[in-house]
Amino acid sequence: MMSITQQIIIIAVVVFGTMVTRFLPFLVFPAGKPTPKYIQYLGKVLPAAVFGLLIIYCLKNVSIFAGNHGILEQISIALVVMLHLWKRQMLLSIAGGTICYMLLIQFVF
Amino acid sequence: MKRRALGAAFPYTIPIFAGFCFLGMTYGIYMNVSGFSFIYPMLMSMTIFAGSMEFVTVNMLLGVFNPLQAFLMTIMINARHLFYGISMLDKYKGTGLKKCYLIYGMCDESFSVNYTADIPEDVDKGWFYFFVTLLNQCYWVFGATLGGIFGSLIHFNTEGLDFVMTAMFVVIFMEQWMKEKKHTSAILGLAISLLCLILFGADRFMIPSMLAILCVLTLLQKPLEKGGEPA
Repeated sequence: MMSITQQIIIIAVVVFGTMVTRFLPFLVFPAGKPTPKYIQYLGKVLPAAVFGLLIIYCLKNVSIFAGNHGILEQISIALVVMLHLWKRQMLLSIAGGTICYMLLIQFVF
Repeated sequence: MKRRALGAAFPYTIPIFAGFCFLGMTYGIYMNVSGFSFIYPMLMSMTIFAGSMEFVTVNMLLGVFNPLQAFLMTIMINARHLFYGISMLDKYKGTGLKKCYLIYGMCDESFSVNYTADIPEDVDKGWFYFFVTLLNQCYWVFGATLGGIFGSLIHFNTEGLDFVMTAMFVVIFMEQWMKEKKHTSAILGLAISLLCLILFGADRFMIPSMLAILCVLTLLQKPLEKGGEPA
């Protein structure tokens, strides 16, 4: 077991590391100077790709070849997409999909 | 001005409230059963404020004292924040002193909301971003602390509530999709990540995915810029 001091050092190091990843772009490309073209380009195209990455990240432990074959996730995501195409109300789409998933996992599967 | 911004920001954070209370509580309970006082999840959720990293830190605290490894793992797990920062360079410009806090609190969810939200003309952008970030952090600290205190007492069936985060990212992805003319980047993000997940497995696909996304988008700079992909 670590001492309290060692624990504090580890936590401080994690805080520092996290801050490095968050502050670095703003320090390297300060507000006063024009941001390089390439970085501006990345700033425009990256988010769409990163949101895709985050969806996959949320689903990373779903196994297509075992258990329910991810059928719960597929049904619930399909519902989210349909609700959002229909009403385009963020909260409705999210709540609908989540409630559907909870009902399926607790009572059906 | 602040009040109006808070009013505009709050609805965007409601799904995050549900997700963070649940995930935060899970994290607090996890620390509780790992033998830590609620002080730990409370302070760690406040200072680190990066969900997945906090779970990993619990393991680090239970293992051998190795600050260098802790630092390198933090950089790897949180490398995606570099992408967020690059995307927010222009949006966070001119927000004054608040900028420091906006960057400090730029977790996945705060970034996603602040990047995609349609902020009404009469609402101050800086304060909108500020309240989204602050509310999200409050939810997270609240959940983590509560989990740390009442860890062993919770009994109602919350199974499946964690899907709220997946649903939220699907909606955010769709919002982004509807705003852009070309969907190259969105499709690439999904396809490359899925490929990397299959190739590298759930525990180590994030870094290869990010590198591959970066490489492919860099190679596509000329054709994509020609087509004028809007933000």
